[in-house]
Amino acid sequence: MEIIAKRPEALTKEPFHYCPGCMHGVAHRLIAEAIDENGLINQIAGVAPVGCAVFAYKYFNCDMAEAAHGRAPAVATGIKRARPDMHIFTYQGDGDLAAIGTAEIVHSANRGEKISVFFVNNAIYGMTGGQMAPTTLPNMKTTTSPYGRNVDDIGYPIRMCELLATLVAPYYIERVSLLSPADIIRAKKAVNKAIRYNKENRGFTFIEFISTCPTNWGYEPEQARQWAKENMLPFFKLGVYRDKGEGVE
Amino acid sequence: MSKILMKGNEAIAEAAIRSGCRLYFAYPITPQSELIEYMAKMMPKVKGTFIQAESEVAAINMVYGAAGSGKRVMTSSSSPGISLKMEGLSYIAGAELPCVVVNVQRGGPGLGDIQPAQGDYFQATKGGGHGDYRLIVLAPSSVQEFADMASEAFDLADKYRNPVMILADGMLGQMMEPVEFKPAKTDAELQELANQHLSWCICPNEDGAKKHHHEINSLELDPQVLEQHVLGLLKKYAEIQKNEIRYETYNISDENEVLCVAWGTASRVVKSAINEVQKQGKSVGLIRPIRVWPYPYEAIKQVIGKNVKKVYVFELNSGQMVEDVKIAVEGKVPVDFWGKVGGVVFTPAEIKEKLEECF
Ligand SMILES: Cc1ncc(C[n+]2csc(CCOP(=O)(O)OP(=O)(O)O)c2C)c(N)n1
Ligand code: SF4
Ligand SMILES: [Mg+2]
Repeated sequence: MEIIAKRPEALTKEPFHYCPGCMHGVAHRLIAEAIDENGLINQIAGVAPVGCAVFAYKYFNCDMAEAAHGRAPAVATGIKRARPDMHIFTYQGDGDLAAIGTAEIVHSANRGEKISVFFVNNAIYGMTGGQMAPTTLPNMKTTTSPYGRNVDDIGYPIRMCELLATLVAPYYIERVSLLSPADIIRAKKAVNKAIRYNKENRGFTFIEFISTCPTNWGYEPEQARQWAKENMLPFFKLGVYRDKGEGVE
Repeated sequence: MSKILMKGNEAIAEAAIRSGCRLYFAYPITPQSELIEYMAKMMPKVKGTFIQAESEVAAINMVYGAAGSGKRVMTSSSSPGISLKMEGLSYIAGAELPCVVVNVQRGGPGLGDIQPAQGDYFQATKGGGHGDYRLIVLAPSSVQEFADMASEAFDLADKYRNPVMILADGMLGQMMEPVEFKPAKTDAELQELANQHLSWCICPNEDGAKKHHHEINSLELDPQVLEQHVLGLLKKYAEIQKNEIRYETYNISDENEVLCVAWGTASRVVKSAINEVQKQGKSVGLIRPIRVWPYPYEAIKQVIGKNVKKVYVFELNSGQMVEDVKIAVEGKVPVDFWGKVGGVVFTPAEIKEKLEECF
């Protein structure tokens, strides 16, 4: 029998603890496949966030550091500078990256740290039970915006790709979606490119995944995907925001 | 090697580099700025890493990453910035990572001022960050000692896989004194240092070797497992208390009627005052903790068993270490405290007056 889909070498045997229909597992798999396909398993290390993906340090089959909430890009900076021969990625949620860790992500990007950042935007704080995130959409109800996000009071969602694309240093910035099989195939290409650029020490690479949190949104997985397509994609436009490698191959 | 006249802030930076520190992350703050500036100048010359971080929070988390990679790494700041490092220090202690943090203390609370003070004693020795953890805390009282503590701090950090703080102050940071440096670590020694942590740190897999999966982590959701981890830390701390207490005795004798206890810059002033009252035939001794955690309780207990009628604690704060002295004295003799707050440094004449009142 021919094996056409096996567990990537870059994942441990530890079973994922994510809810049914959650996209953290999909994002993990894409990153792991890219590590395998770029032959980086012996030289790569990752930094896990605080959020639903906190146990990412158990899942990736390489050396991993668990960072304090939001600090992953600073931790990754320390590792990369200490071990320039290695290749470092962070994996972060929207609360982690776009709220408490805003300073760390902006300045790592601004320094052009030669790391890859994988950013899962599910418009909510999943782990702590569905509170408002910096990416929660206008009028979206969460446990801490029970009447819907009031933009006059708390502002609009932050678009991280656009924000980081104002900086000069970042090498590659792309927003992809995990909402359909076709989107996932496009996302895989982006992840692969980020990991390849990382392998070649080209500079700071950033991939945002538009995802869902069925559990805290209160939808079935399919409904959640539909809701995200209708509400998130118009606000968080997919696409390449920076690619300094374009035409430089 | 001959002696060089140098500021404390520069001496500690030079000594750290000689001790094999090739990674330094910090954010500017007075009165430690000469330290970060020295590192900015010298690190590129030794092919080291210097990053002026976006905040002290970022700096200590860069330290977490570099220490997790098994390399000698240092950060420095002054009081308000050290408060920001407390989150990271708790994680570093929890994950058992070796690193060195220098606090060139200034007056507080809040933004306070930029004059020398000792108001961060509680923060350094009793916690500061959350959870059950300890820092090893070294307390220099001269520029030479400040410099010597660099290699000591890195060795302790490596030996116990624990963060070590050097608790100095603005006086020691700014003051110039002659200092003699130990020879710099050779490339071979640096290599050896880098290899000592390979069994647990973030490092590449060697070709052909069994693939490792090292986790740098302080999280454990199962309380029974976390309990075991913390009990392991406590065992390590007990070991540190057994092996690593250091203190200086000054003018200690059976004739001492008053025993002073003072640390860091304060102890220098107390020594001058003791010399003065000694001329009047009044016998006063001094115990100076060189390390304030682990604390020399036993040494203090030994001295008060003799002729001592009173223990006098002098600090540049509102009375912090005095609580440890009281633990040591166990109520056997009265313990008095006198200090200055807000970054005001007491004079030998003031201490002399206080001591004379004891007789
Ligand atoms: C300093 C600190 N503040 C708050 C928390 C609590 N906390 C844990 S996860 C989290 C939010 C995570 O949300 P996000 O980053 O969006 O990740 P998700 O769970 O949605 O994947 C918060 C607030 C914490 N662990 N540490
Ligand atoms: S709470 Fe949401 S983000 Fe977290 S695992 Fe469940 S579905 Fe995924
Ligand atoms: Mg989230």
